[in-house]
Amino acid sequence: MAKIGVLALQGAVSEHVKALEASGADPVIVKNVQDLDGLDGLVMPGGESTTMRRLMDKYGLFDSVKSFAQEKPVFGTCAGLILMAKKIEGRKGPHMGLLDIDVKRNAFGPQVDSFEADLDIKHVGDHFEGVFIRAPYIEKVGEGVEVLADYEGKIVACREGHFLSCAFHPELTDDLRMHRYFVDMVEESI
Amino acid sequence: MAQKGTERVKRGMAEMQKGGVIMDVVNAEQAKIAEEAGATAVMALERVPSDIRKAGGVARMADPTIVEDVLNAVSIPVMAKARIGHIVEARVLEALKVDYIDESEVLTPADDVFHIDKKAFTVPFVCGCRDLGEAARRIGEGAAMLRTKGEPGTGNIVEAVRHMRLVNSQVRKVVGMSDDEVMVYAKELGAPYEILMQIKEAGRLPVVNFAAGGVATPADAALMMELGADGVFVGSGIFKSENPAKFAKAIVEATTYYQDYERIAELSKGLGTPMKGIDMSTINPAERMQDRGI
Repeated sequence: MAKIGVLALQGAVSEHVKALEASGADPVIVKNVQDLDGLDGLVMPGGESTTMRRLMDKYGLFDSVKSFAQEKPVFGTCAGLILMAKKIEGRKGPHMGLLDIDVKRNAFGPQVDSFEADLDIKHVGDHFEGVFIRAPYIEKVGEGVEVLADYEGKIVACREGHFLSCAFHPELTDDLRMHRYFVDMVEESI
Repeated sequence: MAQKGTERVKRGMAEMQKGGVIMDVVNAEQAKIAEEAGATAVMALERVPSDIRKAGGVARMADPTIVEDVLNAVSIPVMAKARIGHIVEARVLEALKVDYIDESEVLTPADDVFHIDKKAFTVPFVCGCRDLGEAARRIGEGAAMLRTKGEPGTGNIVEAVRHMRLVNSQVRKVVGMSDDEVMVYAKELGAPYEILMQIKEAGRLPVVNFAAGGVATPADAALMMELGADGVFVGSGIFKSENPAKFAKAIVEATTYYQDYERIAELSKGLGTPMKGIDMSTINPAERMQDRGI
């Protein structure tokens, strides 16, 4: 069974743990550097990207997660997607710079503009309930990045090699298809 | 078609705050210190609770200038307080595009009978509670997030502990009840039966529940997490301490690593004097904020 970590500094951690478990993986809470030992993949959950980055720096997790990601599959949702992007609008330099995408933060507006929408996601399935909360979107993808879903012309999910990311929150729904897709990615990599 | 302001979107926003610290701020400068320290959101208000307590008189929604300054200063979510039952203050805050409204007993209630019908709003609300009856009534009115009330502005954790323990023990009680028992318990608590049934079926509250009211040290924040809080609101504690920036960082770290006691020992060193606390027995019953809006 694939051992998949969930970065647990802050945010929707328990929902990802539940979804991974239900998708046939063995989830592990990651709060310290040594928690990464023996993991086959990692989920970076939704939460506040600004906060998560500060905490990763302060608690010494940033470099170890970044080097973990060089070899192992990583799935970022919302804040996790922002942490993975190579370019972030209005910010000098990326966080981890793993995914060759340009991302815009809080791109749909403040909380009053947060929404739910029906999405068709390539390789994952149609009619997926996309829950967007102060969500980012992807403005541009580089060569080698496969766009998996868009909403009104804005890219909201993509994959590049062993990196998967989406701007919405599959962990807030009972739909496990996105998590299953990631668990499959991890199992293929073992 | 996109749907805005759904229950899932409102409650989900609070899920993203879990494990975090939400800090009271009265200006842009404090908001930046809070963001820098790792706060997951800030609460914009005119005065922190301990100053409201000292000033007396009627405490209202903050000047919109303060709210706007804070909104412009940070990229983390901004919350703001409206008086209990003050529909228009809440509508004004929604128009200012704050990310969350706290219908709060810290301000002087505008309505001593009714709370705001929060389902009618697109912006989500957080409300205070002391027991499961209050919690379920607020959820019934549409609150998308809860916080136990504690006694704000006192720097005394005892009431926050009492409320968190009570709510969680009552949740456990409901989970173990048969359906007929739930109906009678709903009557006793003055709680909507449907909400209690949801709790029974899910085994937990349907919304995130933070701790608030009296958190004055990193160990206090860790204690509330230990008792089952999803996160912590810190009001007067940070900017009434000697070194707010250092203090704020220590509270955030203690909340994340609430069971790492060596770490809490380390980060609690040399923080300077925390805010001066108030013993509950010395507070005039009429000045107890937790008894407002029940």
